[in-house]
Amino acid sequence: MNAVDSTIGVAGSIAHRPIRARLLRTVGGFGAIAVVTCLLAPLVGSTSISLARVFDRSIPFADNVDAQIFFVARMPRVLAGAVTGAALAAAGVVFQAMLRNPLATPFTLGVSAGASLGAMLAIALGLGVAIGPFSGVPFASLVGAAAAAGIVYRLATMEGRAMSTTVLLLAGVTLNAFFSALILFVQYLADFAQVYRATRWLMGDLDVGSFQPIVASLPLVLAAFAMFAFLPSSLNLLSIGADAAAARGVEVARAQRLAFVSASLATAAAVSLSGPIGFIGIVVPHLVRLLVGVDHRIVLPASALFGAAFLVACDLAARTLMAPVEIPVGVVTAMLGGPFFLWLLIRRA
Amino acid sequence: MLQGSNLSYAYVRSGASRFSLHSVSVDVPRGSFTGLLGPNGCGKTTLLKLLSGMIAAHEGTVTLNGGSLLSLSRREIARRIAVVPQETHPAFDYTVMEMVLMGRHPHLGLLQLEGPADLALAGDALQATGTAHLADRAYMTLSGGEKQRVIIAGALTQASDVLLLDEPTASLDLGYQLEVAALLSRLNRVRGMTMLMATHDLNLAAALCDRLVLMRDGRVLAQGATAEVLTAQMVRQMYDVVADVRYHEGAGHLTVTPVARVR
Repeated sequence: MNAVDSTIGVAGSIAHRPIRARLLRTVGGFGAIAVVTCLLAPLVGSTSISLARVFDRSIPFADNVDAQIFFVARMPRVLAGAVTGAALAAAGVVFQAMLRNPLATPFTLGVSAGASLGAMLAIALGLGVAIGPFSGVPFASLVGAAAAAGIVYRLATMEGRAMSTTVLLLAGVTLNAFFSALILFVQYLADFAQVYRATRWLMGDLDVGSFQPIVASLPLVLAAFAMFAFLPSSLNLLSIGADAAAARGVEVARAQRLAFVSASLATAAAVSLSGPIGFIGIVVPHLVRLLVGVDHRIVLPASALFGAAFLVACDLAARTLMAPVEIPVGVVTAMLGGPFFLWLLIRRA
Repeated sequence: MLQGSNLSYAYVRSGASRFSLHSVSVDVPRGSFTGLLGPNGCGKTTLLKLLSGMIAAHEGTVTLNGGSLLSLSRREIARRIAVVPQETHPAFDYTVMEMVLMGRHPHLGLLQLEGPADLALAGDALQATGTAHLADRAYMTLSGGEKQRVIIAGALTQASDVLLLDEPTASLDLGYQLEVAALLSRLNRVRGMTMLMATHDLNLAAALCDRLVLMRDGRVLAQGATAEVLTAQMVRQMYDVVADVRYHEGAGHLTVTPVARVR
């Protein structure tokens, strides 16, 4: 597979400086971008509000319309964007390194297709009951994601040895196609209202309505990020090659398993929260690499932070560009991401 | 120092197992430069993987300084044994310095970043391999010889006692082959590194190695001092090739000139 041996990214004199200083500066910079974006995004919308009034403690919350719009109407949507963007961008970084393929995305291995099939079934069957902190559709999509990840994982580790990245890719691509067919089949059987709702879900939507869905998926995202913290130096070596990584002291099978489980978990949580929003997992890591080099100890945290800012900004564009009509955020990311992806391919050739 | 005793290993493909090594015993003495010779598929790479603990033998044991290799973790093995593969293709555009610093991985804690001492070691390794001027370059833009010297620098940064090399010059042209050979010879003589090198290049082995292990069909044909085992008769047994083996005054070592294939 040619893509496996390909190289994308730039490097310059950035790498020679001590890693600690670079890491602090990069995380500080991208962290500031993420915080500022998340604070400014809720100020923009059909009704203009002022940040000063939002945080004016002298006005009681019940009387402070600006604060109500900021915290109740717009903040959940911004936070959903931040959580989803961070999870998808970081999962993209992990999958790309683990599969040694710069063009891999969080959706390459079929996790999102499984999640989508779960959601389609829940919509078509009218599954409305809440399960634990999750309502019906997000829960069904989590189950679908887990099933897809389980099947792919089982296939790639069949012979009881280290995970085969080639089998992972092939199984993922096949599962994606198969689940897409099942999704179409479910839609064909569903009634008109259900099809509309299903199609809308597949476009990705950050309008989660309240903090509840974010709170429900947050433990999953946090668990994934806790695992990510242990990955970066292993990812550097895995991206050189499994044998080279083993020779440098990486427990390859364990590192691959941790990478697969954590990135699948982050993807599943993000997709169940806001639908399959494409291209974040490839556009953000590559933009970050162009800016800060390719060392995963820097790329992973920087991509998470920039992913949060990027998706919040895309959603801002989605709800303001054609206001009062809202463009689905998945359409915005795809319209930015598609040409970017092509540019990456042309640049590589 | 590094010993394999009665090592057997079989690859299992769709139920059937195919033996790769039959009861192979090898000895790599401390400070030696040992060459591993044999035709394609004779088990050289399998033996290197067993001796570096990448795979476990079905029978037999590997010992390092008298202790079992398999009792050590991957990280502990990597602090003692470094490996230089034939070619290295990173999926991302790492700089030379980043590639070399990855050698410090087995010495760093799980969340630890490399510090000044690690940078100093990497700097030394770049100096020793004549690649210091390339430190900021992207690894993928280097020539084959430069790449291989950078990989060797990474292995030196690993600060191990033993270096295992799997056909390190196979993809290099004649000039780069000599360059890498001179580097390896210097590391063995000056730093006292113990080396085991699998190679197809009999003349390279004759030039560099003080000891040779000759293999065929998963078995050891002979092992010992280069001058004793590298003979026309052994070359014929190994490769079914008639060769002229003689001492070359100018080169200062044995040379092997293949003459004809026999069956």
